[in-house]
Amino acid sequence: MTASATTAAAPLVRRRVPAQVRRRRLLAAVANHCVLIAAAIAFLAPFVFIALTALMSNDQALSSHLWPHPVRLRNFIDVFSKAPLLRWTFNTMVYSVLATIGMLVSSVPVAYALARLRWRGRTLAFMVVLVALMLPQQVTVVPLYVMWAKLHLVGTLWPVIIPNWFGDAFSIFLLRQFFLTIPEEYLDAARVDGCGELRILVTVVTRLAKPALAAVALFSFLYTFNDFFLPLLYVGESSHNWVLSIGLAQFRSFHQVQWNLTMAATLLVMAPVIILFFLAQRAFVEGVTLTGVKG
Amino acid sequence: MSPWIVGFSVFFGYPLVMSGYLSFTHYDLLSPPRWVGLANYRYMFNVDPQFWTSVKNTVIWMVAIAVPLQVLFAFGIAVFVARIKTGAGFFRTIFYLPALAPPVAATLGFVYILNPATGPVNTILGHVGIQGPLWFQDPSWSKPSLILLGLWGIGNTMVIFLASVLDVPQHLYESAELDGAGPLQRLFWVTLPTISPVILFAVVLGVIQGLQYFTQAYVAAGVAAGQASQAADVTSVNLGYPLDSTLFYPVLLYEHGFSEFQMGYASALAMLLLIVSFAVTLVIVLNSRKWVHQAGSR
Repeated sequence: MTASATTAAAPLVRRRVPAQVRRRRLLAAVANHCVLIAAAIAFLAPFVFIALTALMSNDQALSSHLWPHPVRLRNFIDVFSKAPLLRWTFNTMVYSVLATIGMLVSSVPVAYALARLRWRGRTLAFMVVLVALMLPQQVTVVPLYVMWAKLHLVGTLWPVIIPNWFGDAFSIFLLRQFFLTIPEEYLDAARVDGCGELRILVTVVTRLAKPALAAVALFSFLYTFNDFFLPLLYVGESSHNWVLSIGLAQFRSFHQVQWNLTMAATLLVMAPVIILFFLAQRAFVEGVTLTGVKG
Repeated sequence: MSPWIVGFSVFFGYPLVMSGYLSFTHYDLLSPPRWVGLANYRYMFNVDPQFWTSVKNTVIWMVAIAVPLQVLFAFGIAVFVARIKTGAGFFRTIFYLPALAPPVAATLGFVYILNPATGPVNTILGHVGIQGPLWFQDPSWSKPSLILLGLWGIGNTMVIFLASVLDVPQHLYESAELDGAGPLQRLFWVTLPTISPVILFAVVLGVIQGLQYFTQAYVAAGVAAGQASQAADVTSVNLGYPLDSTLFYPVLLYEHGFSEFQMGYASALAMLLLIVSFAVTLVIVLNSRKWVHQAGSR
């Protein structure tokens, strides 16, 4: 197998592809791209319309003109004075950060125990995680609400934060799947060196599982940032504890029918997630793919 | 491990059992629960007209129509993206982006874009001579509008499909081609069977999410109702707007449990949801043995 053999073979192969086939392949590629470009335009259009409206004056947003004229960048400043966006952002961050940290600290050990330790009831515990994963949250929401109401915590964000400190089924599942792929030899080597399981977990496993931890943290952040149902239940009536999702949904009731400002706020709420995506694109795609691998 | 067991019992086991108990009681949070036997369930099936509306809306629209549409659409796009050689990453990003948009923001955007009078979509439709529908203002168009919103956000499913389509071993295609299979046949007899476990996963997830459909319906109804009345009070009066057409099962549960505080009745609704989602998952997974390709010997 020398270089000359391959170079000699290449023109031969190329010659064998008839012009007709080549033309058909080219046409297929062009058709493919056309379909994708059309679809891409349709997918981007809502963003474009939202952005264009966010730059319009209110009168113009209520007209049928599509292009902003004049461009009003002021809208992005005005939204902050019209609604307590910063307050909502702060509340959202409190929810996201406390929930994500709590979720990581509590879920990692459980996932490790499910993946790597042998103990009685392990299979049962894993089944329970799967069941918890499949159940709609509306099933348990009534007694939980009653419980938090008795603790006088309805109206605060604690009822949506605290459950995350006791493990989250989705994260446990995802982390377990990843921990299973860590070669047992690494762990055994650490055990031979006299490491306890807890130290193995902290030093070896978490380091090897960085991409999975990043993905899980990212999902938790996204979930809490987008969460609407639970915050609506618990802080829907106390506006000083509103998170961005609740505030945005009520935004139009603050200032009737100001579509331009509503769209500016909408864009501002979308922005952090999309920026985060571009910063951590690989972790995102890997994470999303990881959820689908189990089949 | 043990904190998790505590947490699990408090936040999952206990409420699950309590839900079952409360579903046989009358409970308004103020006075202690009063045992009423099957009254809640009888009211649900025999009396409450909204119950059947919400069941139909949810099962027909959000499960039977939305899930297959979303899976097909995501699969179609994944196949097209997988076939091109240049720019696949670029297209993947574009199709994924809407899935990232927070649901409340995406819904608000759609209600504006589809607003009947001056929204961009109806404006453009008007330019080409089509009278656009009333979208979120019309009881017969509000659910299709929500489905459109759902199709916009299929990015997650698409990315999963794309990864598995690209994972299909090349030699399978080559041997199929040698056997004289055309592109469509290869799609049907090679791609589809190989990635069928992933499709099953997407279907199960889609059904479960369809049964929980809440945020978009709640926001769209509230905003569209405010738009129509100009009063824009986003209260529970607007749930299901217009004319209960967006009254999905979780919305009904929310209405009874958390705006009317009929905790007993809401628990009965929750128990039915529990049974149905369990049954659906079980049926899909058990039936899947027939048509899902299992790699290897298992």
